[in-house]
Amino acid sequence: MKATSKKTAAKAKTSKDKPRKGHPSKAEDGVHALLRGLVASGGVRLVDLTQTLSPDFPPIVLPPEMGQCRPFRMEEISRYDERGPAWYWNNLSFGEHTGTHFDAPIHWISGRDRPNNALDMLPIEHFIAPACVIDCSREAAVDADFLLTVGHLHAFEKRHGRIAAGSWVLMRTDWSKRTDPVAFQNLDETGQHTPGPDADCVRFLVEQRDVLGFGTETIGTDAGQAAHFKPPYPCHFTMHGAGKYGLQCLCNLDRLPPTGAVIVAAPLKILEGSGSPLRVFALLPGRQR
Amino acid sequence: MALDTLQRPKRKNPILRTRLPTLPPAARSRVALGLTAAAARGRFELQVCRDCGAVQYPPREVCHACLSERLVWRAQDGRGELLTESVLRHAQELFFRERVPWRVGIVRLDAGVNVIAYVHANVATAPVRVRVTAALDRAGQAVLVAVAAEGRTDLSDDAKLREMTCDPRFRKVLVTDGKSPVGQAVVRALAAAGADQLWVGEAEPWKTFAGFAALGDLPQVAIVPLDVTNGRSVRELAGEIGAKVDIVVNTADCHRTFGIAARRGIETAQLEMDVNYFGLLRLAQEFAPLLKARAADGRAGAIAWVNLLSIFALSNYPPHGTYSASKAAALSLSQALRAELRQAGLRVINLFPGPIDDDWDQLELPPKLSPDAVAAAVVAALKGSVEDVYPGDVAQDWLARHLDNSKALERELSEQAP
Repeated sequence: MKATSKKTAAKAKTSKDKPRKGHPSKAEDGVHALLRGLVASGGVRLVDLTQTLSPDFPPIVLPPEMGQCRPFRMEEISRYDERGPAWYWNNLSFGEHTGTHFDAPIHWISGRDRPNNALDMLPIEHFIAPACVIDCSREAAVDADFLLTVGHLHAFEKRHGRIAAGSWVLMRTDWSKRTDPVAFQNLDETGQHTPGPDADCVRFLVEQRDVLGFGTETIGTDAGQAAHFKPPYPCHFTMHGAGKYGLQCLCNLDRLPPTGAVIVAAPLKILEGSGSPLRVFALLPGRQR
Repeated sequence: MALDTLQRPKRKNPILRTRLPTLPPAARSRVALGLTAAAARGRFELQVCRDCGAVQYPPREVCHACLSERLVWRAQDGRGELLTESVLRHAQELFFRERVPWRVGIVRLDAGVNVIAYVHANVATAPVRVRVTAALDRAGQAVLVAVAAEGRTDLSDDAKLREMTCDPRFRKVLVTDGKSPVGQAVVRALAAAGADQLWVGEAEPWKTFAGFAALGDLPQVAIVPLDVTNGRSVRELAGEIGAKVDIVVNTADCHRTFGIAARRGIETAQLEMDVNYFGLLRLAQEFAPLLKARAADGRAGAIAWVNLLSIFALSNYPPHGTYSASKAAALSLSQALRAELRQAGLRVINLFPGPIDDDWDQLELPPKLSPDAVAAAVVAALKGSVEDVYPGDVAQDWLARHLDNSKALERELSEQAP
């Protein structure tokens, strides 16, 4: 009896899902058709903001006695061989904060008691949001320790309008163009030297602008020397303490306009996850034809 | 026969077939393996009767003089007289057939037994005083060698006996991690010992350590990217240079100093295993087949594999509990590697140093081994004819306690639980 009812259910599902001949499916009628049409007509362009996950991509450096973020590694399961004749696949291992990745509020101690602070609880609406892109590429080229300040934010708003609540603020430094991992890490005896926001800048974005989060091209949302700031790692401490997010190791920010891009950044749904590598891309208004 | 000092070998003739390795006869009785067990540690031991004191040769179950079963292995000084010698000119065994003429003789040891030994070219014609030592042949089994009674003898100075060593002179060597203090010292020692080419592995190039960049100034050295935790990196390097490597020296080592209770989670222990155990496995899977293919590639073919283990591999040292476990795993795997490489006549040498004078053994009391002492032990092991090396006083002491009563050593070390 049981088996029969199961069969019937399966049958019913199949017939329901099958698109009717000669008619577009409901999905094609709706959002998909809209997006496909926009992309095909050039009304919307897509830009990939993601670095390739590879074993050579450097992880964050911490003193060796501390816990370490495992770099991206892959071990082959089979490759059309005696281990699996017709298929190729790998086992992966990596820290949550590897490659282009997302930081959830639970990542930092300041965000540990926030509601909905881990990857499995994040509101899905947050995965699509507008972005303001602040071009710091000239400053970062001459000063690896360049800090974004409230003054820079005011200058940006003067030209491009107020940073809207609920938007990503992305700091363009062209750091992602440093394809040599040594130059990307930029370490010396005093630690890492990479650009980032200062503590007041982060506080302003959180308290005055209520942004969704902060994104960078470098290995952290904080500057390389941020361990010495007050508070240490302000972009982690203040952002996550307010339930905001982080995006790191982005690329192609030079292809985004200062405003007008929409970012799709949906991390993996990991139970109590603090972050995850993810595919990040932007939707831009297309060129006029 | 004249001495034959090692010369720079000619480059390979690429139109000729690379010869396949042959091995000397390797069968030994269990009791005869006592000779091998001692030789593997660089010692010449024979059985001595506890009841009547008679020295035994060849190895046997009961005393040849009094039939007592109480025979124990004891170190011998090997002094004696070469009574007679002969030159083997014909052999059915493929290994000897490829190598005749071969000098063998009978030595009357002062200890009272006659032994059959290979005779070094530096020994004058019989009768003459000699010293007998034990060496490992290409099958990894003990053989006896008669050398000149006085002075230092280099097995490499005899064209036949040279094959019982893995002399790094004119060899091409991969040192898997050149960044650590030990890695740097090993590279310098191998360069000084006459290695022709040294590939020096570098992981995490964004981390700079004092002294490493200067290695690149040595004319023999080429720094190559190699991270033993990354299968792709190991595979790529093996593809690039694997067919040229004669000796692999695996210095890659991850040493953290935690027991079980002193560290929550397994992340650090995983990293130790990933470098110390899986790193060796990745290297072995990629490089060992290439070494085996060149195990008879002329005078400078592939010859040896050296692992930097730790005396903590023998018995767990609780303050460094997870590190000890990873080194024990590496020791076990090295035995599998040895079994596989021995079929091609390649030697696997394991080093078991005690605490090393580096950051991770900071809280260990002296005596501690300097990185240079570890490196010197690597070179000495390659120039000699051994499989297992326990450099330094601590390692020697632990080994003696381990061989005497491994359970007692476990209890003694457990007193030092963190």
